[in-house]
Amino acid sequence: MEVTVFWLLAVLAVVGGVMVFRFDSMARATFSLLASLLCVGGLVVLLGLDYLGIVIVLMMTIEMAIMAVFMVMYMMNPAGLMPMTMMHNKKGAAVVCGLVFVLLAAGILLAPWPARRGKAPADPTMELGMSLMGPQMLTMMTLGMALFATIVATVVLATRRGRYDRLGDDLRARRPEDPVRGGVGR
Amino acid sequence: MAERTPLWAVLVLPSLLVAVALATAGLDAVFSAAARSGRPGSLRAAAVRAAGPAREVLRQLVQQPRRTRASDLPLARIGAALLPVAAVLAAVVLPLGFRSVSDLPEGIVWFNAMEALAWAAVWLAGWGANSTLSLIGGYRFLAQGLAYELPHMLAITTAALGAESLRVGEVVDAQAGLWFAVWMPAAFGIYLLSAMAMAFWGPFDQPVGHDVAGGAASELSGADRVLFLGGRWLLLVVAAGFSVPLFLGGGHGPLLPGWVWTVLKTAAVLAFLVWARRRVPTLRMERYLELAWVVLTPLAVVQALVVAAVVLNR
Repeated sequence: MEVTVFWLLAVLAVVGGVMVFRFDSMARATFSLLASLLCVGGLVVLLGLDYLGIVIVLMMTIEMAIMAVFMVMYMMNPAGLMPMTMMHNKKGAAVVCGLVFVLLAAGILLAPWPARRGKAPADPTMELGMSLMGPQMLTMMTLGMALFATIVATVVLATRRGRYDRLGDDLRARRPEDPVRGGVGR
Repeated sequence: MAERTPLWAVLVLPSLLVAVALATAGLDAVFSAAARSGRPGSLRAAAVRAAGPAREVLRQLVQQPRRTRASDLPLARIGAALLPVAAVLAAVVLPLGFRSVSDLPEGIVWFNAMEALAWAAVWLAGWGANSTLSLIGGYRFLAQGLAYELPHMLAITTAALGAESLRVGEVVDAQAGLWFAVWMPAAFGIYLLSAMAMAFWGPFDQPVGHDVAGGAASELSGADRVLFLGGRWLLLVVAAGFSVPLFLGGGHGPLLPGWVWTVLKTAAVLAFLVWARRRVPTLRMERYLELAWVVLTPLAVVQALVVAAVVLNR
């Protein structure tokens, strides 16, 4: 049963990945990628990492839905409605892909894989999290805060309209002046 | 913890959801007809009005479907069919009383992941028709999703935090004494708002708004339309139903058996949502976006903080 599901999901994931480059429509390419990633999420669930698998499904769905909008928006033809191709620099890409494939396949075949010791843990997600971040939790938390602060700072620096534009030079305006009305307090 | 159900529950679940959705749609149709042409004279007249949605389904199914030019038919079809599928998959973790079809250890994350599929579904249905108005509807739903998703995630995480488990059954068990809605009112309110937004219902119906001739659903006809708009009702039912195990104590209650309490509470939440749509006008998404980021998200974080403090002190 598990083997059947594995092969089904694996084949669907690869086919979805291939179709990303075969479709001539941005919407189809994006959602073919989503289908492929959902299959990968299923494979992670199959490994016993339920939480990670479901989070992959959640994150990738939202991400691909938003990405479809941005990809269509930034297409060189109007609205991305014309046929397009995802393939550029075909020869170079083929060489790079071939090399990466050989490298990965060699790694799989040549690496000394350890045999299983002991039994599978009761909660594999917890174990994975501990082995990834256990002693580094503080580092990860600090890093997360630093990244978040960077995002906020970048948005503040990049925004065209700052608080002085909205609330006047002495920040005394009772109502912020915004190009679009509505929202909180207006 | 919720008990396992026999295998036939897998078949019963969709039919049950469809029945509840039809009943809710019937209630809404009665309200709509009453708003247009006054009170129904007799019980029979009210029943005729309540059967309106069911008649509409049959009419759509036998109607000649329309096609738009150069539409991306597979994508539109996938979008329309994905909506009810996502709703039913999300309902898998919904306990009726203390029994759910599958009480996954990560049930709450599962629910959230399945409702995210609705994002893809609505956008696909809007895109596939190759029509401006439906495309606008699809884009509006993504804007709406961005506005409601963050406070929504924080709200359901707060319930999980209060129970110290992502398993829906354990969240219900944790409310044996006190409902979460009582000591997490902000999270409950935010959940109700996002439940409406999830099903593009009430003040959040811009994706299928009248100003864009029905938006994402404008070009759908026949079985596609039944699937899409029916899926929307299913999503509303599931989103309302999930507020019961999350915040309203699930099947806990005096005297009556658990499943009766679940049905009663779900019916109350659904009736409230149907009523609320008639009270509040449609909201422009940029307004809600600001409200979501400036008010609701900080509010949800503070609520989560309070709950975390309580849980740590236990």
